Amino acid sequence: MLSIVLLSVFGIVLLYLGFLKSRAVLLPATLLFILLALGAGFLEWNKSYLYFGDMLLISNVAILFTSIVLVSAFMVVSLSGDFLTDESAQPAEYYAILLFSIVGAIMMISYENLIMLFVGVEILSVSMYILTGSDKRNLRSNEAALKYFLMGAFATGIMLFGMALLYGAAGSFTLTDIKGYIALSHGRPSLLLYLGVLMVLIGMLFKVSAAPFHFWTPDVYEGAPTLFTAFMSTVVKTAGFAALLQLLSVAFSAIYGFWWITLAVITGLTLLVGNLTAAYQESFKRMMAYSSISHAGYLLIGLAALGQQSKQALVFYSLAYSVATIAAFGILLVVSKQRIANGQPGDTYTAFNGLSRQNPLLAFILAVSMLSLAGIPLTAGFWGKFMIFSAAVDKGMVWILVLAVLMSAVGIYYYFRVVIAMYFREGSSTQIQVAPFYRFVLIAATVLTIVLGLIPGLFQNLI
Amino acid sequence: MLTLSILLFPILAALLVLAVGGKQAKQIAFAGALVELALSGYAFLNFVPDATSQFSFDYPWIFAGSIRFSAGIDGVSLLLVVLTGLLTPLIILSAFRHTYERPAVFYSLILFMQAALMGVFTARDAFLFYLYFEAALIPIYFLAASWGGENRIAVTFKFFVYTIFGSLFMLVALVYLYFQTSPATGIHSSAITDLYNLKLSATEQTWIFWAFFIAFAIKMPVFPFHTWQPDTYVESPTPATMLLAGIMLKMGVYGVIRLLLPIVPEGVDRWGTTAIVLSVIGIVYGALIAIRQRDIKRLIAYSSFSHVGLMAAGVFSQTSYGIQGALVQMLAHGINVVGMFFVADIIASRTNTRLLDQMGGITRYTPKLTVFFMILLLGSVALPLTNGFVGEFLLLAGVFEHNNILGGVAGLTIIFGAVYMLRLFQKAMFGKTTDLTTGFNDVSGSESWVFIPLCFMVFWIGLVPNSFLKLTEPAVTNLLQFIK
Repeated sequence: MLSIVLLSVFGIVLLYLGFLKSRAVLLPATLLFILLALGAGFLEWNKSYLYFGDMLLISNVAILFTSIVLVSAFMVVSLSGDFLTDESAQPAEYYAILLFSIVGAIMMISYENLIMLFVGVEILSVSMYILTGSDKRNLRSNEAALKYFLMGAFATGIMLFGMALLYGAAGSFTLTDIKGYIALSHGRPSLLLYLGVLMVLIGMLFKVSAAPFHFWTPDVYEGAPTLFTAFMSTVVKTAGFAALLQLLSVAFSAIYGFWWITLAVITGLTLLVGNLTAAYQESFKRMMAYSSISHAGYLLIGLAALGQQSKQALVFYSLAYSVATIAAFGILLVVSKQRIANGQPGDTYTAFNGLSRQNPLLAFILAVSMLSLAGIPLTAGFWGKFMIFSAAVDKGMVWILVLAVLMSAVGIYYYFRVVIAMYFREGSSTQIQVAPFYRFVLIAATVLTIVLGLIPGLFQNLI
Repeated sequence: MLTLSILLFPILAALLVLAVGGKQAKQIAFAGALVELALSGYAFLNFVPDATSQFSFDYPWIFAGSIRFSAGIDGVSLLLVVLTGLLTPLIILSAFRHTYERPAVFYSLILFMQAALMGVFTARDAFLFYLYFEAALIPIYFLAASWGGENRIAVTFKFFVYTIFGSLFMLVALVYLYFQTSPATGIHSSAITDLYNLKLSATEQTWIFWAFFIAFAIKMPVFPFHTWQPDTYVESPTPATMLLAGIMLKMGVYGVIRLLLPIVPEGVDRWGTTAIVLSVIGIVYGALIAIRQRDIKRLIAYSSFSHVGLMAAGVFSQTSYGIQGALVQMLAHGINVVGMFFVADIIASRTNTRLLDQMGGITRYTPKLTVFFMILLLGSVALPLTNGFVGEFLLLAGVFEHNNILGGVAGLTIIFGAVYMLRLFQKAMFGKTTDLTTGFNDVSGSESWVFIPLCFMVFWIGLVPNSFLKLTEPAVTNLLQFIK
């Protein structure tokens, strides 16, 4: 709760800082603000407050998801040094919008009332529409923003409609009331409720880019400035899954039998579409877009197999996924800048050719990220998959599990193409330099990935 | 604590190699591997021949200790630990004759590989086993793909995806088994011995059998999962090929003995014969292809495929002969195949060809190489009083006890083995000298020091097999009693 207030205030402060002549203060200020918000979040640890007449519930799980969002944001912002030198960029606005969007994400994570969910989704989405189109002179960026906006608005509309139906059935927007209504209906809730559940699910699944609601993802991810793609594919996804978890585990746990099948089918579809399409991409950025769809699929397994394991699995998986993804995009940013400067295509696999010679450190960091995304042991990604699979086994969902395993093998194929390009293909011999702080953040991400891979129990007692 | 040092020391040595780097890399790596050899030798000498796990180490690791970092050496592990400890320094020494680019990375990867292999062979926890099983792939992949032949990238990629795909099935099976342990309390355990005691239904036994079988069969490899193997062996640099053929394929056989047989005994009863049939097909098929090979490295690769088929068949026979034979044969085959690949490497690098029909008459120039080659070759064709004989005899006895006909067909391996091995020897060493083989240099000092321990082992195992068999016997007997 304190984080929400702080971030809103800081966002406005940042807008005013934009009037300063020097841009140098913006980046450290934003990082400081995010850290303060992170610290403030933990003040409410183990307290479980309800705020604003039951609008928000700050639980421990919510604080953990919020921290993942804030850590992701911190990493993304620290990789954004280029904005400060780019003449056409408006860093103050970008940072302010980022902070506002985090406010939306936190609302999505800790809502207790569906209205808050809606407001959170809108704050986050509108910010994302703007940031997607922030590269104003780039046609792709404009196209992406428009596409994202039109499709996103449509999805939000469906979600809102669903909420209205839920209200019609249960007579309330709060999750506990809806739960109470279902409990009182003796297993025969109104048809409106079922319709409402489906429509809200559709709206949320669009946001987390699950198939068949994923069509916007590749174009938007590719068109958006890389940094904001990194933000989108981590923060939006984490917040979306936290919201879904809250919705399904609190309000609709009693009608699990109704929605799990729907979710299981969508999970299977998402896994297939995400992984198989990713295998055919030539552009690294598009591959990462499809990979984000496939990871949505793995996360959905955790939801479809909702149980004791799920919360822990989702938190861990989101963290592992976010850290690895941001590191990967961070390196793409450096490498593609170098390649474009030399007049080569910036975001294909070939851009990484010979990176291990040009900068062994970057190559190692990207390799660890790819290993983690592929779920190879001794990285965080492995334990993420492990926990998700455990949740599925616990529920006896063997078929989904077999599909997920097959798709992980496909995943290894496309993630390793990057590793092969970096280590075994010849590239240009230009050295690639990175700023010390940039490097520090990337190293921290790698260390976190490996430490979580060796001692995954590190955060386990928190949940 | 000994096991822990065996597991950690190669990692430390590898890091040291990376840190120092440069010209000293290979010396440091060799020294490190020698210390590791001393550690595994200590384990060998101090091992008490009973069925228990010794030198154990156990530490709660993940999920409040339900997954433990627990490792130890028992009769089944011991010979493989010795094999890994013995072969690694020899492999490193055999690499001295080449200059590899970025030597620090090269030698440290070999040591990382050793650490992972030791982990596989000593893990007492199913997930720890799985982690090491997978972790072993990464150094070997980079070794093969960075320093291999022309077509290395595509070939090693196939190898990597193929094997990891197989082990994912094992992961599913392990996660499933893990959740079957102590369902009442909800506190699960992944200790391998706890998985042994599960009561599984017939359907569960069947699918878990296949999940494990695919993982291990790809690793070994057993027909028809072998398609990655010949190309990978040929394209990899020789030290990586030695690691693959000498030690890594034993991970599959070991996995069958350690996990598959005791966890799903009914599944093995039901499907074991199918597995033996596949293995026997592999024996004959591999041998027939080996007979037709012109490329010496490829010939040895197929011979290795054929040999491992016999080990698999012996293990699935579930007899004391078969399993004991597999354990001894793993040691023997590791020694022979590393020696053979080293011979192939010496010949190939001095004549600049790997094709048999361009060789001949080498023996005229190389009395020492001829002797070493002959000893290793006799071991490979299982001549009595050599190491290959002990293993193959026991294995065939095991398969025969299980099923006469299959035993008979598997026995062809001895004849076929003699055919392709002697053909290799005859074409390369005897006959007319060619342009390429004229003036062939005999083995140098450091090269002999690779051969001498190998040849010594060929005779030691061949003449006094009991010094090894008596160590494994109690563990195998115990295992079989448990299964029955």
